Amino acid sequence: MKGARRSYGPLDYGRRLWLRITLWLSFVFLYAPIAILVVYSFNDSRRNIVWRGFTLKYYERAWNNDSLIQAFANSLTIAFFSTLFSVLLGMMTAVLLWRFRFPAKAPFEGAVSLPIIIPEICMGVAMMAFFARIGWPAGLPWPLNLGAITIAHISFSFPFVAMVVRARLARFNRELEEAARDLGASEWQAFRDVLLPYMKPGLIAGALLAFTLSLDDFVITFFTAGPETVTFPVKVYSMVRFSVTPEVNAASTVLLLITLVLTTTAILLQNRSGRD
Amino acid sequence: MNGNSPIISINSVSKTFPGGVQALDNVDLEICEGEFFALLGPSGCGKTTLLRILAGFEIPSTGDVFIDGKNMHRVVPNRRPVNMVFQSYAVFPHMTVADNVAYGLKVSGAERREIPGRVQDALDLVQLGEYGQRRPGQLSGGQVQRVALARALVKKPRVLLLDEPLSALDAQLRETMQLELVRLQQTVGITFVIVTHDQNEALSMADRIAVMDQGKVLQVARPGELYEFPRDRFVAEFIGKTNLFEGTNVGWEAGILSLLVNGLGRVELPCAEHLNHDVGLAVRPEKMLLLDERPDHGYLAFEAQVEKIAYYGSESRVFLATNRGLALEVSIRNDTRAAADEQISGLRWVAWRPEDTLILPD
Amino acid sequence: MDSWRKNPLIFWVFAVPPAAWLLLFFLTPLALIWVFSFGEKSGLIDIHITWTADNYMRALDPLYLQIFLKSFWFAGVTTAVCLIVGFVVAIAITFAPGRQRPILLLLVMLPFWTNLLIRTYALIAILRTKGSVNAALEHFWDWGNGLLALLGVEHLQLLGAQFEPLHLLYNNFAVVVGLVYVHLPFMVLPLYAALDRMDRSYIEASLDLGAGQLRTFRSVVIPMAAPAIVSGVIITFVPALGSFLTPDLLGGTDSQMIANVIERQFKSANDWPFGAALSFILMYVTFFAIALRSVWSARRDAREALA
Repeated sequence: MKGARRSYGPLDYGRRLWLRITLWLSFVFLYAPIAILVVYSFNDSRRNIVWRGFTLKYYERAWNNDSLIQAFANSLTIAFFSTLFSVLLGMMTAVLLWRFRFPAKAPFEGAVSLPIIIPEICMGVAMMAFFARIGWPAGLPWPLNLGAITIAHISFSFPFVAMVVRARLARFNRELEEAARDLGASEWQAFRDVLLPYMKPGLIAGALLAFTLSLDDFVITFFTAGPETVTFPVKVYSMVRFSVTPEVNAASTVLLLITLVLTTTAILLQNRSGRD
Repeated sequence: MNGNSPIISINSVSKTFPGGVQALDNVDLEICEGEFFALLGPSGCGKTTLLRILAGFEIPSTGDVFIDGKNMHRVVPNRRPVNMVFQSYAVFPHMTVADNVAYGLKVSGAERREIPGRVQDALDLVQLGEYGQRRPGQLSGGQVQRVALARALVKKPRVLLLDEPLSALDAQLRETMQLELVRLQQTVGITFVIVTHDQNEALSMADRIAVMDQGKVLQVARPGELYEFPRDRFVAEFIGKTNLFEGTNVGWEAGILSLLVNGLGRVELPCAEHLNHDVGLAVRPEKMLLLDERPDHGYLAFEAQVEKIAYYGSESRVFLATNRGLALEVSIRNDTRAAADEQISGLRWVAWRPEDTLILPD
Repeated sequence: MDSWRKNPLIFWVFAVPPAAWLLLFFLTPLALIWVFSFGEKSGLIDIHITWTADNYMRALDPLYLQIFLKSFWFAGVTTAVCLIVGFVVAIAITFAPGRQRPILLLLVMLPFWTNLLIRTYALIAILRTKGSVNAALEHFWDWGNGLLALLGVEHLQLLGAQFEPLHLLYNNFAVVVGLVYVHLPFMVLPLYAALDRMDRSYIEASLDLGAGQLRTFRSVVIPMAAPAIVSGVIITFVPALGSFLTPDLLGGTDSQMIANVIERQFKSANDWPFGAALSFILMYVTFFAIALRSVWSARRDAREALA
């Protein structure tokens, strides 16, 4: 062979060095802070700068921090109920928009996408003002005292679920439903036996999404939470305001792990549902 | 009109894709100046990869490509004296027709004042003179293809590469465009290299055809030569219809090859070469005759039962089976109108001249 | 799609719950602060709705105008950085080998779903005076001095007498870094989707016609990816503009953005009408950006359809 052969074609941009370097640097930028946070949650030093050996004591300390655990429990409870309602409402919205022509459809569609579009801060203060104005009862027993936050979470989560489910429905072959009707199924039976199973991957992905959104939300919760109804992110916020402590790292690592598992599952499910 | 000097030389080019798929296996090919050359083969045979290597979009794993005597290794696509008509046409949707055609001139620094005139000439050449200000989205498939042609030809390339240019068109338009392409090639005198999987397209348009399969070039020949003298079984079967028999060699003597063919019995054929191995025999359906009685000597003839007739308008295909179960296909010309009502059935004689039998050494 | 009249019962069963929820728990709260924004504070918590425009006028006060401009500046710089980096990342992913692509995409999407607060907190640990970046820099400083000592020129103190940690936190720089950190995935995803959809033969055709890689990028890739660029810019710019947490945790006293002012009106200053007016200005900017995009894409469609 004469000379060094150029080994990649003109469109093999993926093999150009500077592109790859930028890509990997971006990933370093995105992941290094998180990785360092996780690593230092195991560091046997309060100052988080030098590695002084492995320890789980900050996990233990976080575990024994009652207000932190209470906040965690609040977050999970809110996420659970928010997911439940968001999936139901999101599914209804998706079917409605996919299936029917009706007057005022465009304004309805616009209104449903608003919670996705508008800045979180606007929604946060609106929710705060709303609950204050209607005199939402304070001091209810747990878990009823989480109602206001849960309602706010449902309001911003269900449009996301609707979006995911609708994307799935867009690929639905109406003839499947017609075949079921042709074979004697009622409208309701066709929905239950054909459409619902078809939507299932979308519903699961939507549910995981709603759960993550609720678990992660800080801004809107910050404005709707009272002193008795602190969620995990709000609690972490108040801790972070004062200092960077390894307990926060430990608690954050646990939450990261939860979201990581949930999101990966959701994305994989969506990819799979996109294929079949 | 075919010059003899090669404008493209492909010297032992192989291409293996990452992942181990070998698309080209030691291909040697020369394409002459001013030729209309076709790369023909089934999908996955490597013909498109070869075309893309000529355009510079793929880099051969080994071997060299010379265009106009220059080694193309290390020459990027935008510096090659070739232009391409893409299978999807790739006419830029965000530009007008005229802008599309002008694009290649602009980016390669043509004299600014010359551009509008050259664009108009190119559009006139493909009969789209009035369409310059349209958007590609407003044109029919056939018109978009003409834009792609004009866009490539306006650059006066040494070679025009066409990747399945007619596959996106419907059958009727395809036939018109075949003639159109040949006319165009004769007008501009540029070497055309076309990739196609459609044998009719290749046979009707090309001066020469290279038949490819599994990354190898099997035969390069003129259309008639390819049809009547295919070099091997694959080419014989791929081009046109053919009856293929397996013959067991029972002896060669004084230019006569004696064979035992499964389903036919003993067959004797003239054969200049002394063969002492088994061979395949190929006979084109239109070379066979369908007779009521056994013909005189000078023909090979076998009795067979008519099983089915397929009517195609200008011809009919008769499917028969010998009493020993060998399937035969004979095509008969419907050269009278009365042929439409003719019933063919029962036992018939199928006959052909021994010299119309092609011997395919295995 | 069926008309709702074809099966009114099913239609109502599906329509009422989401519509009612949206009306009661989303549109009503928004309407409420919209009304508040025309009110006047009276007493500690009471608000008189007097339909005054004073709250909006107050936003034009140089103090707040400056914060608005600063917010736009932060969001603009963030969007520009994200666009440049995001484009490179999107190209690298699009043209990566097929097996790697879903993994790379997942790597881009994951931070998008991890807790914003945790990610911001992680940045604090990196950027603060005794954080990882400065630790690494100090390490380099020591190493550099060692090298100088080897050369016998340490007495010149070329690297300074002492390591000076960079002040990376609690300033405008930290806010922009934080905003880019949070919003990069927003930009990559639409760009990737557009590039992935784009028929590669357009790029090949451009190269084939004699354009170089840069010219092809400018004349073919950018115009064809324009809708995705516009989408990416909007979905990066809008949330960046309304960011609360990033300037709150990473910014200094002079790097506050609109959202921080809004928060103060609702939580500490207790001036809800003014906070509501600021919120609605932020919303109007959002609507304006989205309207701008629809006008742009309508024009583009019209241009492509007409001669």
